[in-house]
Amino acid sequence: MLEINCPYCGLRDEEEFACGGEAHIARPLVDNPISDKDFADYLFYRDNPKGVFLERWRHSAGCRRWFNVVRDTVSHHILEVYPIDTKPSTKAGRAAYQASWRRQSPAEAAARKVPQKTRKTSISKR
Amino acid sequence: MTESNIDRGVRALRDRKKHYSIFSLARQAGNYHQGWQQAWRHAEPKAEYDAVIIGGGGHGLATAYYLASVHNMTNIAVIEKGWLGGGNTGRNTTIIRSNYLWDESASIYEHAMKLWEGLAQDLNFNIMFSQRGVLTIAHSEHELKEMSRRVHAIRLNGIDSDILSPEDIKKFVPIMNMDQNIRYPVMGGFLQKRGGTARHDAVAWGYARAADDMGVDIIQNCEVTGLRRQGRRIVGVETTKGLIKSRKVGCVVAGHSSVLADMAGIRLPIASRPLQALVSEPIKPILDTVIMSNAVHMYISQSDKGEMVLGAGVDKYNSYAQRGSFPVPEHMLAAAVELFPVLSRLRMLRHWGGIVDTCPDASPIISRTDIDGLYFNCGWGTGGFKATPGSGHVFADLIANDRPNDIAAPYALNRFETGLLIDEHGAAGVAH
Repeated sequence: MLEINCPYCGLRDEEEFACGGEAHIARPLVDNPISDKDFADYLFYRDNPKGVFLERWRHSAGCRRWFNVVRDTVSHHILEVYPIDTKPSTKAGRAAYQASWRRQSPAEAAARKVPQKTRKTSISKR
Repeated sequence: MTESNIDRGVRALRDRKKHYSIFSLARQAGNYHQGWQQAWRHAEPKAEYDAVIIGGGGHGLATAYYLASVHNMTNIAVIEKGWLGGGNTGRNTTIIRSNYLWDESASIYEHAMKLWEGLAQDLNFNIMFSQRGVLTIAHSEHELKEMSRRVHAIRLNGIDSDILSPEDIKKFVPIMNMDQNIRYPVMGGFLQKRGGTARHDAVAWGYARAADDMGVDIIQNCEVTGLRRQGRRIVGVETTKGLIKSRKVGCVVAGHSSVLADMAGIRLPIASRPLQALVSEPIKPILDTVIMSNAVHMYISQSDKGEMVLGAGVDKYNSYAQRGSFPVPEHMLAAAVELFPVLSRLRMLRHWGGIVDTCPDASPIISRTDIDGLYFNCGWGTGGFKATPGSGHVFADLIANDRPNDIAAPYALNRFETGLLIDEHGAAGVAH
């Protein structure tokens, strides 16, 4: 059983929370061109690391607010809890944030306001 | 469905091993059981193979068996990090059924069911396959209506499926609480009579013995540490027992699929989650079928030893720890006791978790990848055991011919780009 330190309510049992999966996934803006392959990265492809993982949780049976958690998927140890619109501040959290393939993905580039130069859109045969 | 002409791979059984039968059992009994031979060799890896299967669970061993028997590829190896069937193959609740909604699912799960029905004979190994029926129960008016839609779709695919009224259920499962004033009253259900259970360890052992008989090397305690590539082509597998060269590598590692994909530099739309199960102390026979409830995430059957085998829902967070959180089995046991008050004093003996590879559409991935010669069979999530023979059969075909057959084609990775998903959240039995 996890005990999660809600940034708004304090330490509570896991049962009060819902897990929202990988954190820091930005939706590509509608005006930016994007291939189906790259959009699948946003829509379906998720980080699934064995080790440090950045994920969203919601205190659904409490204050009902979303926040982010840095958690180890092997030990289940919670390393950091931080607000939804910020980045992790611990060393492990920052390293995991930077190391994610998503930081370099065209889908994340397409989520920024200025239209980015997207690579040639072709649907791979994989 | 035109499944009558499946190549079951039986012709290639060379019978180098002693045949298991009632007569061999009697002979060995007279000999104080001293004359049994090893079921499979403890092979050490050769420098190179025509194909390497990573993962010595049911799916991986089935793949190796069908590669050898149907496709005559006998210079192959199965490598396993731990021991055979020590992952999800030995951690599931052994339920077998093929009552899925969509045509694509019906064709692969029914393909598996046809193979299950003769598997003990094919492998000359008693897998204790018991078609005791699988009854899925409904707890609300809405669930009942959805169920009837499902039953008609399943029947249109030629798969047996019957709707049971509460009166029918009372007769079929006398110990079930049919009181309509409980939290989850039983309002009906549907039954697949051909569904049932099999002994999960025996499935792994049977496939291993038959594959070994044809010369397949089964290498245990051999962990993959890297996948060697040459440009866009796979050329070998780096392991704790050294480099094993191969130009065809099939990954069948369930919960660790993303870890292997990472080694190859590709990605999968998979989340690894714990799925928990429990067994009780053995008691006299009280339940001769399998009961599932999607609404309360509880499924229950009784093993031949007399233990009640109970499965829970999947945990809500990603994990590689082979254990889950306590509230999940707690909720499941509450539902079990309400449905079967007779279980209320039963003590649980063992409790464990397996790491399942859940996919966004609750359907598996059987696919080539961007890397030539590298194949993945994963994403079976919470319900892979029932598909073991079918999964191995079509995956062997994919590896041997480097193209998916009609059954495997819809399960290619590119469905997440085209949007041709096979949404089986309703039939998967356990919420993802």
